[in-house]
Amino acid sequence: MAARDKHGPGAPWGDRFQVIGAPRRKVDGLAKATGHAIYTDDITLPGMLHAKTLRSPHPHALIRSIDTSRALALPGVLAVITGRDMPIRYGVIPWTPDENALAVEKVRFIGDEVAAVAAVDEDTATEALELIDVEYEVLHAYLDPHEALARSEPAIHDTKKKGNVSKHVALAFGDVEAAKAGADLVVSGDYFFHGSTHTAIEPHCALAQYGADGVLTVWSATQITHYVHRALAAVLELPPQKIRVIQPCIGGAFGGKSDPFSLEFCVAKLAMITGRPVKMLWTREEVFYAHRGRHPMHMHYETSVSKDGRILGVDAKILIDGGSYSSFGLVTTYYSGQLLVGPYDFPSYRFDSTRVFTNKPPCGPKRGHGSVQPRFAFEVQLDQIAEKLGLDPIEIRRINDQGASTETVNGQRITSNGFAECLDVVERESRWKERRGKLPFGKGLGVAGSMYITGTNYPVYPNDMPQAGIQLKLDRSGLVTVFTGGNDIGQGSNSVVAYIVAEELGMDVGDIRVVAADTDLCPVDLGAYSSRVTFMVGNATIDAARKLRTQIVAAMAEEWDVEPRRIRMIAGRVIDLEDTERSVPTREAFQVAEVKYDTLGSTGAYNTPTLGGDYRGGAIGASPAYSFTAHVVEVTVDVETGRITCDKVWCAHDCGRALNPTLVAGQIEGSVYMGIAEALMEEHTVNRFGLHQGPSLLDYRIPLSIDTPEIEAFIVESIDPEGPYGAKEAGEGPLHSAIPALANAVHDAVGIRLTHLPLTPAKVLAAMREQREGAGSPAPATRSRVASDGSRAHVARDREES
Amino acid sequence: MRAFRLEVNGDEIEVAAPGHWSLLEVLRYRLGLIGSKQGCDKGDCGACTVLLDGRPVLSCLMLAATAAGHEIVTIEGLMPLHLAGGGAGPDPVQDAFDRCGALQCGFCQPGMMLSARALLNRNPTPSREEIHRALAGNLCRCTGYTQIIQAVEECVADSAGVARSTPPWLRVREESADSGSGSA
Repeated sequence: MAARDKHGPGAPWGDRFQVIGAPRRKVDGLAKATGHAIYTDDITLPGMLHAKTLRSPHPHALIRSIDTSRALALPGVLAVITGRDMPIRYGVIPWTPDENALAVEKVRFIGDEVAAVAAVDEDTATEALELIDVEYEVLHAYLDPHEALARSEPAIHDTKKKGNVSKHVALAFGDVEAAKAGADLVVSGDYFFHGSTHTAIEPHCALAQYGADGVLTVWSATQITHYVHRALAAVLELPPQKIRVIQPCIGGAFGGKSDPFSLEFCVAKLAMITGRPVKMLWTREEVFYAHRGRHPMHMHYETSVSKDGRILGVDAKILIDGGSYSSFGLVTTYYSGQLLVGPYDFPSYRFDSTRVFTNKPPCGPKRGHGSVQPRFAFEVQLDQIAEKLGLDPIEIRRINDQGASTETVNGQRITSNGFAECLDVVERESRWKERRGKLPFGKGLGVAGSMYITGTNYPVYPNDMPQAGIQLKLDRSGLVTVFTGGNDIGQGSNSVVAYIVAEELGMDVGDIRVVAADTDLCPVDLGAYSSRVTFMVGNATIDAARKLRTQIVAAMAEEWDVEPRRIRMIAGRVIDLEDTERSVPTREAFQVAEVKYDTLGSTGAYNTPTLGGDYRGGAIGASPAYSFTAHVVEVTVDVETGRITCDKVWCAHDCGRALNPTLVAGQIEGSVYMGIAEALMEEHTVNRFGLHQGPSLLDYRIPLSIDTPEIEAFIVESIDPEGPYGAKEAGEGPLHSAIPALANAVHDAVGIRLTHLPLTPAKVLAAMREQREGAGSPAPATRSRVASDGSRAHVARDREES
Repeated sequence: MRAFRLEVNGDEIEVAAPGHWSLLEVLRYRLGLIGSKQGCDKGDCGACTVLLDGRPVLSCLMLAATAAGHEIVTIEGLMPLHLAGGGAGPDPVQDAFDRCGALQCGFCQPGMMLSARALLNRNPTPSREEIHRALAGNLCRCTGYTQIIQAVEECVADSAGVARSTPPWLRVREESADSGSGSA
């Protein structure tokens, strides 16, 4: 069992940290600044071939035949492969293996991979694609999840489930019906969250080399080296020890590189067939079709409250548009319900979530996987409740704050919780009390809160081995090399590992080298997803470093003939606290230890404690710690054009201890930017033919510097008892509540309640028109009524009147 | 195939490449200058930005042969140029991006830093608005641009000899440290 609970959140030497907690550069920052950092497409091997993918032009069709002979005859083409070359199915979640590297019998979305070509250069490979003859039998295409749910024939996948259902989860905790019956107010409404995609600036790329010794090496822009390793072994039918997967520097991921992708299998297979290295770099258009982005969700929420604003029960029904494959969809479906259970206390909760397949690019995990959409719906509904009860929107969130050291309604353990402080900070910094509700018409402030996981104790494939492993190697030169399977996707996980080793061994960060995400060299780590890396890899690093530290201290204690407790490792030296004249550079201490203990190294590991509710699915969403966030957003709404401008965002995020506040602030700012963009600008969708409506960075608009609001990030540190030095996560949580806070600000600005994303000018103008037309006969607040946005709200029992 | 001479980072180089190849392709796949990145290959993202006679251009939209006769600077050239000019270490823009946390995944940043360098060469004291506009041709998906703008503003402050401004998260941190009431 890993040493998860052996080290508390305090500093390792005395009461002050030497490295942790100060603004600090990244270990790879200057390599990236100078252009020296190597990304996958930057690697060229001798004799390397270039590969391209043929994709389906139909959203749903059977493949009648494929003839590759004309393509193979083209000079410069070395190999052409189709689904028959790799018929074994895979899927990142082992219970839902429904993908093929190349389509075998049918295609399920426009862009589905059908064949791949390896040629001497990219132009020849592209030309060869035109020469592959595929005969399709076109099938009815499902583009609307409601239709896909209502109809079973033709089925998109041959599963036993009816109505193209990918996953259905219904869970209930406490008595929701009793809560409704006993409530002073029940507010219900429909909400919609649209699709959006990751848009990492680096397109997916993979390169493979197959040695004469039978060792396959794959370099890939992936955030989950370990799962790619497993999938390659299964699909290519190779022993896993004959496969090496390496993640070079990666140009952004955000969840979009956390499935095994077709190109990784294709370059591997083509390298095996041709005996030459093969590279494939997707075009930007291909990346849009590969997708795995945010699931569109159609959501209905009914929240019961008492008249003083306490939440009594939440009842949710959610239809999730999954696109064409499962991907992480099983988890998405659970997360859509399981992660709403904070930062507010619910005595009762019920959710019923159904993910259906449609003939669209497959959805998957995007920053804030599965929980950003319900968070939008719920936080807007909570604002509606505050309005009806005449409560300040921040106040209703304070009233329901679940606090620290508690358990959620669905049995999840909450340890540290800084949500109350997050609310205080954004209230103070935005001057909420002076300004909210008092700005000129067209300007407004909105608030929202959220919670997110810090890793999950569900390791994708069930096993009892560590979720994170670390190896340390000490060199007599004074260098420490850390080997980690963790994937640094720009968030700085390699830097975090170096900071921790430097802290534990009292060294300069520059004397720590990190080797990461290479399955031959590094112990297994499950990858960069679910905001797990700092927490899990960080704890494993502390574990490994403390084992080594014990040896070095023991060696020096013996050398000096003193008690080990007198020895400290500080600022690159090992010293005797009671005789500070006695001190040596760390390098010398390493050499003394090497004489006494031989070659020096250590391993460390982390596993989550047993967590989660005692029911099927109770472990999904169970996290060793949760982060908390509050946003206040300021907007300007142009009532003539319907255009919403986000002027400023204040975001306070409880990340536990900030190991490097510069990196934490960067994660908060990047999350806020991405959330605001989803709300106002971005929409990943297909037209009525199943064609992407604009698969380019010109048509799918992500914000430029001039489109980005002013962002003020604030770090709240509720020191977590189990995190590394008390740290939690910062990469995903701060996205969530940006979106509902913006929608709530629009209400403060012009009085309209927008419940369907994205918040386009057309929706603003329609809501304003409806508001004007309905203005003549306002419904009394204490009666059942239909609100202007179409949501139904009624007072179940009006105790003041009765 | 065409043969032509390019002046890249101060070096005169003879290149042979297909006539339809972009400057980006020649830089990356003929000269091995892989610091210039391809994010879209159609002029939408700015990751391939290089300096041509001091002006930022999209190397993916420029035929390589047409760059002959112009001075090209890629990200690999910034530090050597700074050293050759008597400076120490990386270019101040590179150093500020690193210090401020502007390099998350780092993929868009070679282009971003070259746009910033071109701006500062042209105008050493740009306003925040001018910085935003100068960088508006370079998409970044990680940072929300905040630490990028901060990095450029720190370059401006340093060259003007005035104090760097403190970002909100650091201000609040310092205030709570001063009052001795750090959170939790």
